[in-house]
Amino acid sequence: MDFLRPASWEEALAAKAEHPTAVPIAGGTDVMVEINFDHRRPEYLLDLNRIGELSEWEVGQESVRLGASVPYSSIMEHLRAELPGLALASHTVASPQIRNRGGVGGNLGTASPAGDAHPALLAADCEVEAESVRGTRLIPIDAFYTGVKRNALEPDELIRAVHIRKADGPQQYSKVGTRNAMVIAVCAFGIALHPETRTVRTGIGSAAPTPVRAKAAEDFLNAALEEGGFWENGKIITPAIAKQFAALASGACNPIDDVRGTAKYRRHAVGIMARRTLGWTWEQYRGAGRTLEGAA
Amino acid sequence: MTTPPKAQTVPAGTPTKITQGSPTKGGIGESTLRPDGTLKVTGEFAYSSDMWHEDMLWGQTLRSTVAHAEIVSIDTSEALATSGVYAVMTYDDLPAEMKNYGLEIQDTPVLAHGKVRHHGEPVAIVAADHPETARRAAAKIKIEYRELPLITDEASATAPDAVLVHEGRDDHHIGHVPHPNIVHRQPIIRGDADEAAKRADVIVTGDYTFGMQDQAFLGPESGLAVPSEDGGVELYVATQWLHSDLGQIAPVLGLPEEKVRMTLSGVGGAFGGREDISMQIHACLLALRTGKPVKIVYNRFESFFGHVHRHPAKLHYEHGATKDGKLTHMKCRIVLDGGAYASASPAVVGNASSLSVGPYVVEDVDIEAIALYTNNPPCGAMRGFGAVQACFAYEAQMDKLAAKLDMDPVEFRQLNAMEQGTLLPTGQSCDSPAPVAELLRLVKSRPLPPEQQWLAAGSEGTSVDVRALPGGLSNTTHGEGVVRGVGYAVGLKNVGFSEGFDDYSTARVRMEVINGEPVATVHTAMAEVGQGGVTVHAQIARTELGVNQVTIHPADTRVGSAGSTSASRQTYVTGGAVKNSCEAVREKVLELGRTKFGTYHPAWATAELLLEGGKVVTDGGEVLADLADVLEDEAIDIELEWRHRPTEAFDLRTGQGNGHVQYSFAAHRAVVEVDTELGLVKVIELACAQDVGKALNPLSVLGQIQGGTLQGMGVAVMEEIIVDPKTAKVRNPSFTDYLLPTILDTPTIPVDVLELADENAPYGLRGIGEAPTLSSTPAVLAAIRNATGLELNRTPVRPEHLTGA
Amino acid sequence: MRVNFTVNGRQQEADDVWEGESLLYVLRERMGLPGSKNACEQGECGSCTVRLDGVPVCACLVAAGQVEGREVVTVEGLADYAKHREDAHPGGGCAAGSCGTTLDAAKRWQSRPTDGQAGEAAPLSPIQQAFIDAGAVQCGFCTPGLLVAADELLENTPSPSDQDIREALSGNLCRCTGYEKILDAVRLAAARQEEAVQS
Repeated sequence: MDFLRPASWEEALAAKAEHPTAVPIAGGTDVMVEINFDHRRPEYLLDLNRIGELSEWEVGQESVRLGASVPYSSIMEHLRAELPGLALASHTVASPQIRNRGGVGGNLGTASPAGDAHPALLAADCEVEAESVRGTRLIPIDAFYTGVKRNALEPDELIRAVHIRKADGPQQYSKVGTRNAMVIAVCAFGIALHPETRTVRTGIGSAAPTPVRAKAAEDFLNAALEEGGFWENGKIITPAIAKQFAALASGACNPIDDVRGTAKYRRHAVGIMARRTLGWTWEQYRGAGRTLEGAA
Repeated sequence: MTTPPKAQTVPAGTPTKITQGSPTKGGIGESTLRPDGTLKVTGEFAYSSDMWHEDMLWGQTLRSTVAHAEIVSIDTSEALATSGVYAVMTYDDLPAEMKNYGLEIQDTPVLAHGKVRHHGEPVAIVAADHPETARRAAAKIKIEYRELPLITDEASATAPDAVLVHEGRDDHHIGHVPHPNIVHRQPIIRGDADEAAKRADVIVTGDYTFGMQDQAFLGPESGLAVPSEDGGVELYVATQWLHSDLGQIAPVLGLPEEKVRMTLSGVGGAFGGREDISMQIHACLLALRTGKPVKIVYNRFESFFGHVHRHPAKLHYEHGATKDGKLTHMKCRIVLDGGAYASASPAVVGNASSLSVGPYVVEDVDIEAIALYTNNPPCGAMRGFGAVQACFAYEAQMDKLAAKLDMDPVEFRQLNAMEQGTLLPTGQSCDSPAPVAELLRLVKSRPLPPEQQWLAAGSEGTSVDVRALPGGLSNTTHGEGVVRGVGYAVGLKNVGFSEGFDDYSTARVRMEVINGEPVATVHTAMAEVGQGGVTVHAQIARTELGVNQVTIHPADTRVGSAGSTSASRQTYVTGGAVKNSCEAVREKVLELGRTKFGTYHPAWATAELLLEGGKVVTDGGEVLADLADVLEDEAIDIELEWRHRPTEAFDLRTGQGNGHVQYSFAAHRAVVEVDTELGLVKVIELACAQDVGKALNPLSVLGQIQGGTLQGMGVAVMEEIIVDPKTAKVRNPSFTDYLLPTILDTPTIPVDVLELADENAPYGLRGIGEAPTLSSTPAVLAAIRNATGLELNRTPVRPEHLTGA
Repeated sequence: MRVNFTVNGRQQEADDVWEGESLLYVLRERMGLPGSKNACEQGECGSCTVRLDGVPVCACLVAAGQVEGREVVTVEGLADYAKHREDAHPGGGCAAGSCGTTLDAAKRWQSRPTDGQAGEAAPLSPIQQAFIDAGAVQCGFCTPGLLVAADELLENTPSPSDQDIREALSGNLCRCTGYEKILDAVRLAAARQEEAVQS
């Protein structure tokens, strides 16, 4: 095993180009577990800790350019207004110690369906800034997850940042685990209202081979909200609409049975979370809710 | 490394003496602080995994990847040829005739011979100069397996053509078990349950399942073996019982016990999981083979295979009661899965059967408990064993009966509660206080915690505080679907080793004058595993010998056995031994005093004399002499064994016999909030009441009760080792998927302590460690049933059980 | 490979480090600092919590090579670390986000030399003393990590609510105590800190 310690982003890209099998390590919260438990012996470890800009973010007009290594604790603390869904998701990540080290780049690089950030990223809408010595490209999040623990990165590419649309409406995030803290998702659900475009986007975690959006549920809800004039009149969403939205979200799952939960339970729980988070965000949109920013 | 941090011949981390000087008297009944507290908060306390020796090697264990198979071949050549590897050993390299070990039955091979019987069984061991070298070498060992049919439950174990997990058994249980795949069977028949059932107005039955719990002590199995010049070995290790280890280690090394010198290292928790051998023998074998010190440290993955677990159980119960709420009879059948090796299974069967009725008066019983041999992970000692599984089932039955009779569940229990003088199903009379009804009254009379605390606790006054809700930080509910439930349970646990076992402990106490001050030194082989035995020993010595300064000598095998730190027995038995040895020292001191000063004061001959505040005083408080003057240069040094009252074996057909020495009682009230839509549970409060006889150290008593309570809660809502029934492999050997409660899962745990003396025990004390682990699980289950209306016959409860999804 | 970094205020160098080694292994097996504990090595127990450039992290998940040139504080240095903070900010706590120990401050600070013998180390930090006094220590294996985490909590949140304490310590498992005495210990340290400010 070789330990590569690039001092700059350019050096990191050069190293990745020279050694495409090199495994990037930033927070270490995935890679080190695999090494400690003898699950993985990469030929090269590519340390990204010395590249300061990966831990920085810029708030722009439309979006936040979030460095791949910005720790979850910083997102919770500094980006609650711009990225409320991701801030809520960040709060559910493992433990305070892990939140101090881990960042969204790790979740995306590992691309585990159980990564806590994915549903929030899908719901908010974002693009992944991937870079190599060949150049930079922006990968839409909808095209990023390509299979179980697989993503759209080329072997020589590294994740520089994520461009996440700034919230233009309420966002929520829920995750089921059998413990009240420090737990891997049995399943998770993210929702973002986008009043500017009068759309709702969603994300589901741990209930399919990849993180997915509940597209049928979104389409149904977008149509129902439009039809009922809900965006204008701010009325309470009828239970029938919420129920159908939940059922369609549940239907978007393609889960498995594993030690953390059954497929049947995951479908069930995603439906409940979809209904509840829709209620919370809509109440907030109507300006009457008591849970304005969730509890991040 | 530029300079080795610890180049010395004595291994780093060798325990040094702990001296506790205290300005207060610090005797029994006071909450004196731990003598090892400062070392533990500064990081200097040396746990077994902290041991270090110059030139030491690292040991690595290669374990079976299948649960039941013949070993066709093992090829170690490539591993041996690896640079940095000093030794590779398999069964064929074992040096002595004796190649097995075991607590009671020596059925466990040091390294697998010819076949493996469970997933993760040790097959080969490696020593190398770096842990990674050892791991890589172990991975190069080639083993060819031919898989055998799996025995995974009672049906497959006792089928007519069942493969025998152990062929040619010759242990002392084989004569009375109905099948060689049953380790031990204990029936208890008293009265006539069938006849009594005719008097019952209501009868309830139930089938219950208890999942496999792990002790999950945080300090992994580890230790350091250092070969010594005389051909023996020094072993620094974390264990619960040094002398039991010694008796198993020496024979397989082919050494006399004197040549295996064991010292207790810091123990990072135990809870039963260190009663069996783990890495001890392997480290010694490698050290003797290589002539170098060898350190072995399991990682968390290996730890799940490195120790036995709590027996999972299937329990069938039938109870009857009259319409005025009196129990008529009880029938039960308890099937415990012992896994591939016996470990403590026979004792677990004894406890499960003899305590199966719980703290209730039932005169007509028909009880049977068995433990199976299967190819599942071996199970053995864990806090409250046998009694824990039974309590889960009989307490569910009590609630069912109360519901059927339309009675209050607490009143129903109180109506049937045992008390001092009650005859247990074994025919043994309970001859000390048994305040079962009072403990229930105490937990019931507490005010209930406020409702909807997530609203009151909300930050910024408006939002909910998800930390107070089911789901916690995961933000799954803001109050939707949340229903409160309340449940009660009470349990009965035996204290000490039962069934005729010669349960004794040894204490060596020395008293001398150092720098003008009398100092007592207490030397036992008691394993301090966190319970605070060392604190209590110093308190006992102060009380009995009237000194301030007490030195606790490191535990090792240079003094006689202290028995196991288990079965809630150490304060009773080793505490009793320390008290007894102190009394003998005191007699010697007084004798010396009489010789020296007897002529100066008549009280030396006539009064009851005590040692207090460094002086000999009369029971009237008159000072006769300074201890320093009595002792001068003389040291009094006495080592004595001490035994509690003997017990008897249970009759193998009727289960009758005075099998237990003492009982321990605790009751819980659980208050839970359940998200009924998602099936997530938040335990809000777990109130406990326990009789401790006498609280030698009240602060430590609370710590034991609260810790035991939380372990019981863990197995109610999250903790379970999941074994795949198709492969008998463990599916979740990690802290990612074997979940322990965090501080955010933990309820408030208010405690009421009763001190009703047991006249037979030292200071009237009662062993306390296990009882709170019994009743907390069924109390939480009862509360969840109360919230959801579901039957819930299995623990732990998973979200899918609560949602039907 | 070779790794240079600062531990408890002292410059340290480790040679022949295997690239897959964690900071935890280097501290425990190469630097003679076994106070940080090896309970799970997968970031699920917090027993190895150390401050890395002031931030609490699991040492088991930091690759040794990643700490090159950085500052680490372990439980062995906690008393000195707290003493330094007390000297720099009398009374202990400061408003959230406004204080903490800066990297510069951490660099200026030097641990007192000790010979590793019990009883000769620096006096205990307030949180260490509170853990002993409140009965929060049983087997003690979780204690070092909890102390580092709790000390950081009180640094940033001098008067935490019970829920704040629970959240801040939710990454540190304890198997012995049922956590009640750990809560007591943090409350006790906070109260003593408050008293010190007022007096």
